[in-house]
Amino acid sequence: MDLQTLTYLVVGASFALYIGIAIWARAGSTSEFYAAGGNIHPVTNGMATAADWMSAASFISMAGLIANMGYGGGLFLMGWTGGYVLLAMLLAPYLRKFGKFTVPQFIGDRFYSQTASTVAVICLLTASITYIIGQMTGVGVAFSRFLGVSSDTGIYIGMGIVFAYAVFGGMKGITYTQVAQYIVLILAYTVPAFFISLQLTGVAIPQLGLGASIAGTDISLLTKLDQVVTDLGFGQYTTSTAGSTLNMFVYTMSLMIGTAGLPHVIMRFFTVAKVSDARASAGWALVFIALLYTTAPAVAAMAKMNLHATVNTAVGLVTAADGSLKVDPEVVKVRGDVYATEASLVYENRPDWMKRWEKTGLLKFEDKNGDGRIQYYNDKTKNADAKAKAEAAGWKGNELTVNADIIVLANPEIALLPNWVIALVAAGGLAAALSTAAGLLMAISSAVSHDLVKGVFKPDISEQGELRAGKISMAVAIVIAGYLGLNPPGFAAGTVALAFGIAASSLFPAIMMGIFSKKMNKEGAIAGMLSGLFVTLFYVFAHKGIFFIKGTDFVDMIGGPNSFFGITPEAFGAIGALVNFAVAFIVDKMTKEPPEHIQAMVENVRIPRGAKAVDGAH
Amino acid sequence: MSLDDQGKAYWSATLGLLGKILAVWFVVSFGAGILFADALNGIKLGGYPLGFWFAHQGSMYIFIALIFYYASAMGKLDRKFDVHED
Repeated sequence: MDLQTLTYLVVGASFALYIGIAIWARAGSTSEFYAAGGNIHPVTNGMATAADWMSAASFISMAGLIANMGYGGGLFLMGWTGGYVLLAMLLAPYLRKFGKFTVPQFIGDRFYSQTASTVAVICLLTASITYIIGQMTGVGVAFSRFLGVSSDTGIYIGMGIVFAYAVFGGMKGITYTQVAQYIVLILAYTVPAFFISLQLTGVAIPQLGLGASIAGTDISLLTKLDQVVTDLGFGQYTTSTAGSTLNMFVYTMSLMIGTAGLPHVIMRFFTVAKVSDARASAGWALVFIALLYTTAPAVAAMAKMNLHATVNTAVGLVTAADGSLKVDPEVVKVRGDVYATEASLVYENRPDWMKRWEKTGLLKFEDKNGDGRIQYYNDKTKNADAKAKAEAAGWKGNELTVNADIIVLANPEIALLPNWVIALVAAGGLAAALSTAAGLLMAISSAVSHDLVKGVFKPDISEQGELRAGKISMAVAIVIAGYLGLNPPGFAAGTVALAFGIAASSLFPAIMMGIFSKKMNKEGAIAGMLSGLFVTLFYVFAHKGIFFIKGTDFVDMIGGPNSFFGITPEAFGAIGALVNFAVAFIVDKMTKEPPEHIQAMVENVRIPRGAKAVDGAH
Repeated sequence: MSLDDQGKAYWSATLGLLGKILAVWFVVSFGAGILFADALNGIKLGGYPLGFWFAHQGSMYIFIALIFYYASAMGKLDRKFDVHED
């Protein structure tokens, strides 16, 4: 069976499964629609949370980013997992005890203020909508790369699928499809990784393979990789940091508190029955997430090794007769001359996978020195030795441009894995994008139907009326998300950073103070949220333009790029959070303390006893 | 002990536990994975330089252990101070 047909079959089967679940899991009450009935097992919820959390970016792009960044890429790994420790200990159990459907409702009730709740709704909508654009474009990318349909058609199909289970099933439908999607995406990610680790190191478990020696030698994989990349003028793989150490520190912190503050993740913990379940469930979520996140650095390093070996025979992997890469221990053991003329791959002899990916534009070759061979190296290197050798060899600049996404997408083809594995990767990428999109849509629609329609405009709405409002706002949100996916506003790349920045600088501190500072009052909380949000947006917009509109950036006004201690705008959320905390405490000290019943409520939230099923009463 | 004192004692025990766990959380990720990564890279864990291992593998395993430890320690505190569910 050819690859195209097989891919259609595998992806089609996964979609049939999601729709089957949608038919089975229809929501009949607001409790089912917002909180999946409030009776989800902690392990089940952990799995759903993992799918909810791991987006198209985690699945498709993260390993490629790590491959490019080396050690510094660890900030994504630590940042996007360390947040779960904060979520598990500082937020999830207490919000579950509070027992309401949405995050803005907690903020509104705790700070006894409609304004606080509305600010939270605005933060939630901005963070979730910017985040969802990336998921819709991810759906389009997966469709166009693997199924040969246009990206637009792909987005329409994706919208249809999400519509089927999110509108009719609400949180209940989303929970069970996310479980199925997790299984699809984790298989799709780990199966190719097992094979590649086995080929390179003889160890099947990638987490161990990354720390093992190359098959048939006693040279460790990472040592060899360091050697190859530094010979070619790149920074050493195991030590290259992302900017300064301070920037890496702050960036990691921003991702951690952003992760803990993202509403679509927090609200998954409203679906379990008890406070103790919420605590355990966060642990299970991290187990399922770490399965992918600890595999990713292995995929990154091994795919990078394979890529260099493919275009440079001095690395020590040879292409066997069937086209697959095999380790040649004798070549690996010597530090071969990567600048030798015959080491560079002749373009005409390139493997089939390179030809396929050249068509997509993700891989580009330009023969700058006209020798018909591919020279892949860092032509902007500061390493004088590498520079001199490249010049002596007659190299006239790097000739291969590789999009980071290829590391995951083309991985099975580079390792010559069977076609069903490639088809599985397509289904996995779609599962990752769709599951996150659905979680975000749930956060958006519940904020609209529960916090705005019921909370502000029509408090006396009946349960059936609110359920209908929830389904309508879900449908509208899908259409808006689809529209933004079809017409990405040109700033799609910067949006994920914005979502984390907003969650870190506004929502996380407000929720945390609501639980841990009994005396925090509404004036402090509102001032804190607004100022945290403002400084973060100010710094991001200074670099990237006001609302990412080209030409409206004002980076010179703040003293040049990264002028705040060399911190990049993506890393700024933690600084925004600090400002939020500081302003909140100052304003709190100058205004009167919260009423007695609010302080009693905080004391009640702190103890597990008396937890009841979540409900929507305002 | 009155109910109010009971609540206060429970909360301060909770904060003590959180402080300890957050200290480990900080030391493994920001400490071993970032601030002291260079120094630790001199030590090898199989083929892994140790600082690199903390940043790309180790912190995540320790995070998981921390959450399950937290869940079980809190369960004990809940019962000790008689604030547990059910």
